[in-house]
Amino acid sequence: MPDRAPDPARQVLVTDEGPVLVSGPVDIVLPDGSHVRSDRPVTALCTCKRSRRKPFCDTSHRRKVRSSNEEKNNGARH
Amino acid sequence: MLGTSPVRPVEAPPLPQPRGPLSAAVIDALRRGPTLLPPVDGADPHGDDLQLALYCLYEMHYRGFGGVPDDREWDPALVALRVAAENAFLDALRAEADPSDDVDAEIGALLVEPVEGTGPSWHLAKDGERWQVREYVAQRSLYHLKEADPQAWVIARLDGPAKAALVTVEHDEYGAGNPDRMHARLFADMMRALDLDDSYGAYLDAAPAEALAEVNFMSLCGLRRALRGALVGQFATVELTSSPGSDRLVKAMRRLDLPEAAVEFYAEHVEADAVHEQLVRRGVIAPLLAAEPALAADVVFGIRASGLLADRFGERLLRHWAEHRSSLRHPLPDAPQPDATQPDATQPDAAQPDATQPALA
Repeated sequence: MPDRAPDPARQVLVTDEGPVLVSGPVDIVLPDGSHVRSDRPVTALCTCKRSRRKPFCDTSHRRKVRSSNEEKNNGARH
Repeated sequence: MLGTSPVRPVEAPPLPQPRGPLSAAVIDALRRGPTLLPPVDGADPHGDDLQLALYCLYEMHYRGFGGVPDDREWDPALVALRVAAENAFLDALRAEADPSDDVDAEIGALLVEPVEGTGPSWHLAKDGERWQVREYVAQRSLYHLKEADPQAWVIARLDGPAKAALVTVEHDEYGAGNPDRMHARLFADMMRALDLDDSYGAYLDAAPAEALAEVNFMSLCGLRRALRGALVGQFATVELTSSPGSDRLVKAMRRLDLPEAAVEFYAEHVEADAVHEQLVRRGVIAPLLAAEPALAADVVFGIRASGLLADRFGERLLRHWAEHRSSLRHPLPDAPQPDATQPDATQPDAAQPDATQPALA
């Protein structure tokens, strides 16, 4: 994570395009009161509301392009 | 953290069958010690012979082969041949990948999703068959059973924040301290759930040049410090494109009603790589280029060359599947078998014994 703060406070990085990145294992409390735990070194939480794996980001925030002629576009090849 | 499953004894895979004069000489030299090695000139840099020769020489730096002394990894004659073969491969890639040092534009192009794509995961998600999923996984096993290993070589060549972030991603690939969550281990679990042989190197003979070339490119960039920028570009390509692709493979497996143990590997990658994408862009590439701006063109080269090789692999799969043929050199038993009356260079007539039973049994 860039610009890590010198104090031990947990870093939360708000991206301008999609998820919020939270460092360290986290316990996430959902609106219905249930808990989801993530043990990843960094967790990406969905903020665009389009993820099908909420509360986690699944890259659904990415811009969609209609023509796959826009070559360079790797998403088409995998 | 300790894993829950028993530790398997380490067994080096057997040497593969040669595919031409270069690979025959390499395999013979690994077995018996180098004598006179042939020149690399003239071998197709993307062909089976050169790619298998390279793959075998690289494998000496990972796990080696049964019956081959470990010291042959650094035999000067074999190292010289490896460098000559990889220079031929590298020259071919440099000639195909248009040069650019605009890393932002290159990354931006990877971050849009087509509404309708054409690669193997799109086909598998929409109307792939079970035998095609098995072929895909068998070929991917060459990398995924050593997932993250080729990229680990670059750690020592990075410094500061780029190194820390790359290690964070690698740590996650290695299960973040839990051996049961190692991605290579999840891949092996998926292979068994698909009745595939999960022993290391089991599908080397079956894998075509296009599958070997993708792994060889990682090994090449991992082993050469001069290509550290390209390695980071290759790593970024995988991490940036894997999430949506993995999601389509999850769809394919669910549609085909494959076991949950098979689905887990790609399901894990949807979430993990959504995080890795962010870490690679913000944590690795940005500080790497701030520290070493001259590497920009190599980062782009790594992205473009991995893209070209991924396209070649994908095209081979789709071309064969469209003709209802196996994309492997030796089809699995549930795949369409080659017609013995129509010999085809890419479809050897002698189908290899099936590897659905673990070789150790």
